[in-house]
Amino acid sequence: MNYASIMAGFGGQGILMIGNLLSIGALEQGLGCTYFPSYGVEMRGGTANCTVTISDKEVGSPVTARPDGVIAMNGPSVDKFGPRVKEGGFLLINTDMAQDEKFSKDGVNVLRIGCNTIATELGNPKLASMVALGAFVEKTGIVTIDSLVQALPRVLPEKAHKLIPLNEKALKAGAKYAAEN
Amino acid sequence: MKQVFGRPESLVDVASHFCPGCHHGTIHRLVAEAIDHYGVREETIGAASVGCSVFMYDYFDIDVVESPHGRSPAVATGVKRSNPEKFVLLYQGDGDLAAIGTAEIIHAANRGEPLTVIFVNNTVYGMTGGQMAPTTMLGQRTTTSPYGREFSQDGYPIKITEMLAQLEGVAYAARVAVDTPAHLAKAKKAIFAAFEAQVEKRGMGMVEILSSCPTNWGMNAIEANKRIETEMIPYFPLGVFKERKGSDFF
Amino acid sequence: MTKSFEKGNVAIAKAAVSAGCLYYFGYPITPQSDIPEYLSGVLPGLGGQFVQAESEVASINMLLGAGSTGKRAMTSSSSPGISLKQEGISYMAGSEIPGVIVNIQRSGPGLGGISASQGDYFQSTRGGGHGDYRTIVLAPATVQEMYDLTILAFDLSDKYRIPSMILADAMLGQMKEPLDEWKPELGIDYGHSEWILTGAKGRERRRVKSLYLGDGDLAEHNWRLAEKHKRIAENETRASVDIPEDAELVVTAFGSAARIARTAVDRAREEGHSVGMLRPITLWPFPAEEFVKVGEKGTPILAVELNTGQMVEDVEIAVKGASKVSFCGYPPGYLPSPDEIYEKIMEILKGEEN
Ligand SMILES: Cc1ncc(C[n+]2csc(CCOP(=O)(O)OP(=O)(O)O)c2C)c(N)n1
Repeated sequence: MNYASIMAGFGGQGILMIGNLLSIGALEQGLGCTYFPSYGVEMRGGTANCTVTISDKEVGSPVTARPDGVIAMNGPSVDKFGPRVKEGGFLLINTDMAQDEKFSKDGVNVLRIGCNTIATELGNPKLASMVALGAFVEKTGIVTIDSLVQALPRVLPEKAHKLIPLNEKALKAGAKYAAEN
Repeated sequence: MKQVFGRPESLVDVASHFCPGCHHGTIHRLVAEAIDHYGVREETIGAASVGCSVFMYDYFDIDVVESPHGRSPAVATGVKRSNPEKFVLLYQGDGDLAAIGTAEIIHAANRGEPLTVIFVNNTVYGMTGGQMAPTTMLGQRTTTSPYGREFSQDGYPIKITEMLAQLEGVAYAARVAVDTPAHLAKAKKAIFAAFEAQVEKRGMGMVEILSSCPTNWGMNAIEANKRIETEMIPYFPLGVFKERKGSDFF
Repeated sequence: MTKSFEKGNVAIAKAAVSAGCLYYFGYPITPQSDIPEYLSGVLPGLGGQFVQAESEVASINMLLGAGSTGKRAMTSSSSPGISLKQEGISYMAGSEIPGVIVNIQRSGPGLGGISASQGDYFQSTRGGGHGDYRTIVLAPATVQEMYDLTILAFDLSDKYRIPSMILADAMLGQMKEPLDEWKPELGIDYGHSEWILTGAKGRERRRVKSLYLGDGDLAEHNWRLAEKHKRIAENETRASVDIPEDAELVVTAFGSAARIARTAVDRAREEGHSVGMLRPITLWPFPAEEFVKVGEKGTPILAVELNTGQMVEDVEIAVKGASKVSFCGYPPGYLPSPDEIYEKIMEILKGEEN
């Protein structure tokens, strides 16, 4: 198994956070994992993305031109990474930030989900990326929701630990939506 | 000055390579007396510089590490930071300290590294054959200022000691000469004070020593001594520019 | 032991601490600043020293000073800063002073950019500064290796009294992977008490220097260094070799390029092609012997680098025409995908390469 995923969006949307969470979730399951953030000039331009590659042996390339799965949290990310998704791959579009009903690609499974809406219903719009990640792992099965929940204390800063239950809720709400759609 | 004719213990008994009338030998002796006086020979690590002074490791009976041209304040910082209990001695020429190594000396001084710096200002690059130094006097002819140093071309001779005295990290800064017995006595006092600044962990202690280079000045020893009196001292005034007794920084 | 999940840069910093390095001297530059940032927080509490120097020139010379007293010390920088350090590295090599220098390469020439690059291969493996010398150059390809090879760099540097360099890049420095923070044995006696500067107490004074003016002295010194280089080449050459008996092609790459190439090789294998992988871990000494073995079979070689062709020259020198050597280069500002390298592999296998 070798699964390359890209998560992308605006800076401040929690992209790097969910990249780290997915990585540590994979570690919790005893899988190999490489997290590679975009950094520097690109980051200052207001977009952020990272590549998380998960494997049951040693991870090879930390970068990919044909990701198995993509989380696109905004419109520009759909435009940039949508067309790259591998055949048989998966694309999550956050419809709250990307009004992109048109995108489709042969052989690519697309899930449209209003992550911000669901997060706001849970009481905090900042949880949108957690909702997305929950939906993503539900659809792709690369790691379990339980592993992500276990990984939360290692990823969230100490002062945010009181928010762990809420983050768990967001992951599960995303998973529930994905299971039903 | 009763020891003047005996060889200080910290000086090795070998013939020196310095030219007749050169002050490096005299300065070596004063520095060696200070090493003896403070009893630090066995814990001293010297950071040699590049220039006529590179051979300090032949003359001083101490451990010495060689440094690239101008970099001995950085080398000495590395030695002192990893061995704070050792006594670290620098001996730099004016090309070494005031040209290629300006950044290193200023920042070592500004960090207040407790180092003792002996700065020999002979207004030329001695070892390489008398080229212009940043301290070369206006009008002075050197092999690279054949028409005499001119401000519009090369700027003014740099007064490093006054500059370093501005820095909080410097505990002691003085300019002395060794051309007369009276100046020699004051020079010795200043060198001792620069040692004390390190021994007492107060910060950097530095002494600029106006020094002769008869060979590259095209003079004999007597003329060279006279030039220090008549040309150099009026521009490079002697004196103590900084003396901070406490170890407290602002 | 549970593994941490760390950035490559942080792995290097942590490894330095595990290796007993208490002294760090540096000057900020992207993309390696995680190293000084980490060490500035940790070293003071360990009784060590962190000095942010006024320049890379100063910081390498501080390393020289600490090294001359036998203390384990490190400096790190990225390409433009490493250029400034060459003077000090040459002096350290000449004076046989140990010390570890980390280069998290960015792109050049000149100011270039901050993206990953392997443009400093020549500079690192040919000495880099003036004079006839080498430094040990270790090329990690994973975050774990950033840690392991940093520890090795300290050991080799002490063992042979030679500056050692870690040659990584922006990609390896910024990416995160699981890390086992093992602790090496410390306090090994490398015989340093024979030469380090401690003050001439109860013994003859010592000099640590590179200047030799006596008749023939410098030639002798250079030959002695050459002997040492030879010993290092004989004993410390390292490579990761994964070449099937029946390989039709061997791909070679180091560091981050090797990571990308690995995925391309795996894909070719999945499709039934017998492709080998040869990854130099020591860039100097270069694992020439491994290439000689490939050459003996006449297996073609594809070198992949994030530059316009540097290590490939060492490959060619090693195989001496016995294997056809192809090159696939990606200068900075662009990271290749495994697919591009896979295409190149297929071209060669199908004999379509032009
Ligand atoms: C990088 C570098 N540039 C130039 C030199 C050549 N060089 C050797 S000594 C010297 C000048 C030394 O002059 P100074 O510091 O005034 O000392 P003096 O010889 O006068 O005592 C120069 C330029 C060098 N060794 N290294």
